[in-house]
Amino acid sequence: MAHGDAARIEISGLTKRFLTPNGEVFTAIQDVSFVIEPGQFCAIVGPTGCGKSTTLGQVSGLERPSAGTVTVGGQPVDGITDGVSFMFQADALFPWKTVLANVMTGPTLRGMGKKEASSLARDWLRRVGLSGFEDRYPHQLSGGMRKRVGMAAALINEPRILLMDEPFGALDVQTKAIMQTELLGLWEQLRPSVLFITHDLDEAVALSDRVLIMTSSPGSIKHSFDIDLPRPRGDVQTIRHEPRFLELQDRIWSSLKDEVERAYAATAGAA
Amino acid sequence: MSSTIPATKAIESDTDAQAASRRARRRHTQRVWIGRILVPVVFLGSWQIATEVGWLDKFFFGQPTAVWQALVHLFTAGTAFGSIWLNLWVTIKEALYGFLLGTGTGVVIGLLLGQNRLLAEVFGPYIKVLNSIPRIILGSIFIVAFGLGTFPKVLLAAVLVFFVVFFNAFQGVREVDQNLIANIRVLGASPLQIARHVTIPSALTWIIASLHTAFGFAIIGALVEEVLGAQHGIGLIIKVAQGNFDPDTVFACMAIMGVVTLAAEYLITLLERRVLSWRPPNRSEAQAI
Ligand SMILES: Nc1ncnc2c1ncn2[C@@H]1O[C@H](COP(=O)(O)OP(=O)(O)O)[C@@H](O)[C@H]1O
Ligand SMILES: [Mg+2]
Repeated sequence: MAHGDAARIEISGLTKRFLTPNGEVFTAIQDVSFVIEPGQFCAIVGPTGCGKSTTLGQVSGLERPSAGTVTVGGQPVDGITDGVSFMFQADALFPWKTVLANVMTGPTLRGMGKKEASSLARDWLRRVGLSGFEDRYPHQLSGGMRKRVGMAAALINEPRILLMDEPFGALDVQTKAIMQTELLGLWEQLRPSVLFITHDLDEAVALSDRVLIMTSSPGSIKHSFDIDLPRPRGDVQTIRHEPRFLELQDRIWSSLKDEVERAYAATAGAA
Repeated sequence: MSSTIPATKAIESDTDAQAASRRARRRHTQRVWIGRILVPVVFLGSWQIATEVGWLDKFFFGQPTAVWQALVHLFTAGTAFGSIWLNLWVTIKEALYGFLLGTGTGVVIGLLLGQNRLLAEVFGPYIKVLNSIPRIILGSIFIVAFGLGTFPKVLLAAVLVFFVVFFNAFQGVREVDQNLIANIRVLGASPLQIARHVTIPSALTWIIASLHTAFGFAIIGALVEEVLGAQHGIGLIIKVAQGNFDPDTVFACMAIMGVVTLAAEYLITLLERRVLSWRPPNRSEAQAI
């Protein structure tokens, strides 16, 4: 919405193969195609190891596809794409930088002056509720607080596209719900296109406009579900009890269940 | 009203607990220091007794009181090669220059090879070959090539330091968290910015840890090269004392270098605390031992 067509992500025929240590070719994702409209919040759900992180790696430009293309705002992705922010599965804060310096990193790398970057970072820390923690180091924060710093560090660049790889996967249930609500609030202010990876179906339905289900390995898109829950969604905790939420959740689960069972059988068979 | 009574009680027991833990900590510190004083007392005492009684021959093994006298003699009467201060300064200077040279080259080359796979694979085998040369042979070569002055001492110290620092810097770069590299890359960092914001700070933990050992090696390098051939320096004093069957002076020199190394160790620890202040405290405390 705010970014126009520049925030449109078009993925077609995306395939990624890896060479395993014993020389075999392993196909992680196979012929993945979908489009994310500007300003859309799209979740990808699938069993572990189906290639969700791999897909995101190609969109961010960190990795190169083996086949197929990713286009962002009409431009084919070739190397790191400008205007894309990434929130990682693991903690990706720089442990030797203070909270403030961590949030400042993005603007500084883009050539913003120290003073301006610092006041902008302070503003973002206030927006994620971490005023007063500017001089702490990441190890002095709780897991939830570290995620907030990561969120501020990703959003301070006002990205047109936000990629999130199971960002709240490691949090306890209560902290997770709070973070989800905060993310939605911030997203509604900036309206970037979001590609949100999770294995938590509730999370996907509560946050997204659309949920894509990925098949078990090699991953490809199996189904796409539109989530017509009204926005703004407000508190993620309460939305979970609405009948429409439960109905959607139930329908999507029946699609996901097969893949989870297949993925489980494959790994259990291999073991 | 009734709720205030347990509250004050809780505060009282809180301060009680604080006082008790403070007492326990003081007792612990006392014990540590008693132990620390007892160790040299017992060691030097048994050495003294063993040589007095004749279990050990003081002609070969020296004697603590004689070592003390040798120390006093070194500081009051000086040596055949000038005052002890002059000689000590010569050795420290050589070790320090060697330390700086070895650390500088070790860090730069370690970072370079750590980040560049091609360079690492090209130079890797040669570095292993160089590392396998016995240092004492290098010492002889340096004396022959560069004479008895300061330079060959600096060089040998630098070589000893280089390998310690190099391998740590190299490993430090290799151990960089790939998540952090990915993160800085999506933030739009250039290769130089990646090094400045991630690779170097991350490798610094390893590099600084190596400096503790490295300074000891610098001292060894300078001393060994002085023993091989010099006009001044503690190594020369040791060599001459050894020739005169004077173990007390050798021990005295050892004690002097021990104090120097301890002082350097203290300074490096200060540096470590400053540069690595971001680390969780339990880790640096474990390393302080
Ligand atoms: N660099 C790599 N080399 C080889 N195999 C990889 C690599 N990255 C991922 N894979 C494999 O690709 C599959 C998909 O991984 P990933 O995208 O991380 O799954 P997930 O859906 O859990 O995020 C996994 O089986 C994984 O082992
Ligand atoms: Mg993953």
